[in-house]
Amino acid sequence: MLQKMYDWVDERLNITPMWRDLADHEVPEHVNPAHHFSAFVYCFGGLTFFITVIQILSGMFLTMYYVPDINNAYESVKYLQNEVAFGVIVRGMHHWGASLVIVMMFLHTLRVFFTGSYKKPREMNWVVGMLIFFVMLGLGFTGYLLPWDNTAYFATKVGLEIAQTVPLIGPYAKALLTGGDIVGAQTLARFFAIHVFFLPAALLGLLGAHFIMIRRQGISGPL
Amino acid sequence: MAKHDKDATFVGDSRVPAKRIPNVAPSYSDFPGKSEPFWPNFLLKEWMVAAVGLVGFLVLTVSHESPLTAKANPNDTSFVPLPDWYFLFLYQLLKYPWASGDWVVLGTVIIPGIAFGALLLAPWLDAGPERRAIRRPIASGIMLLSLVGIFYLTWAAMDEHHRNHPSPAGGGSHGAAPAPAEEADPAFKAADIWTAQQSCISCHGNNMEGTAAAPNLQKVGEKYSAEEIAEIIKNGKPPLMPGGMIKDEQAIKELAEYMATLK
Repeated sequence: MLQKMYDWVDERLNITPMWRDLADHEVPEHVNPAHHFSAFVYCFGGLTFFITVIQILSGMFLTMYYVPDINNAYESVKYLQNEVAFGVIVRGMHHWGASLVIVMMFLHTLRVFFTGSYKKPREMNWVVGMLIFFVMLGLGFTGYLLPWDNTAYFATKVGLEIAQTVPLIGPYAKALLTGGDIVGAQTLARFFAIHVFFLPAALLGLLGAHFIMIRRQGISGPL
Repeated sequence: MAKHDKDATFVGDSRVPAKRIPNVAPSYSDFPGKSEPFWPNFLLKEWMVAAVGLVGFLVLTVSHESPLTAKANPNDTSFVPLPDWYFLFLYQLLKYPWASGDWVVLGTVIIPGIAFGALLLAPWLDAGPERRAIRRPIASGIMLLSLVGIFYLTWAAMDEHHRNHPSPAGGGSHGAAPAPAEEADPAFKAADIWTAQQSCISCHGNNMEGTAAAPNLQKVGEKYSAEEIAEIIKNGKPPLMPGGMIKDEQAIKELAEYMATLK
């Protein structure tokens, strides 16, 4: 039955080449922890992606309750955390996952660095990886404000004051992020938009590039 | 995707070739070592490990509720801001005199710019073909030094925060703060000399009744003499109370003498 459905679609759209392209790539012995336990260091990239997927899914569920305005943001988070069934787990996953994704990405970066995997021909993939790192830090910074509690508010205020000290572009960057003179309603709306639309879009594009490049080049060889 | 081939036949009037490609995995026997296919062999193992990891992650989220402090209050001047932990090393850098004030550009742009710029351009800065970390000591050495720096700055920021601001107002629900004053006397009125000290009342309360972060002081004279109280005001009292909040010696003396009379 499934085979027939597959054949039906395949006859019309020729999906087999696409599917084989996704499924067929070798996992060499030196990166497979089943053969050499120390190869677990090669897992951090995959783990980063796994947690990123968790972040995207839990974030999608959070937006079902979260209200991005200064009167209701805090109340909506509190409601989600205390009243909604499993809300505490969904917010917990997003909150702790944000830290975990930074840790995993950090370890992945170190693995790539110390195995020299960023060298020719993989320079571009390293640069894209670094851009992903910056986008993730941006997601962390913008997401921190959204619960609109004291921790969030004052940390963001300090962060924006620091941004202002950058010569030339600093004041403009601050004005762009704050949307006014004070950290207030406009700031929350902008941080929400950046956290939920702009940076995830950039992240998905960069991740796509990252994965296409690694598939093209294959994983770096044994040392 | 479809290549133009004069002899090719297509499905209907589409550009999808009628000739099917067999949907079978290639053999990995001619690959070196024990290569195995990603699908399904390796993914299955990965998936099982990920499932175990996910359970651990869920246990973490259930046992450690994500923190939520009081609703943002821009007028709350006593709240001590702290960025998320992974920004602490950048934040701590700005606390050093050589990277703040007139030199703040050094802390906000130049040092992080050089560090992250070098990281971004690592493939061109370390362009040799050698991949082993030990055979390219300069790149590895700089990276190790940066790591030590990042860990030290993060630790220093945490340490400083915990020493100066032992209990964030309305902070985590699991804080080890002492229990709020059991026997606070609602009729007790503190003298003006006490209420004038903003730094004291922010933790011990307007009438010395104590808070979640600090004990009741309404009968502190039973426990300590004036000299001892003055010492505590000057040097603080571990683990929570910071010292040096009042600079004026005379004010400390008067306040300590007043507090010693409370019995």
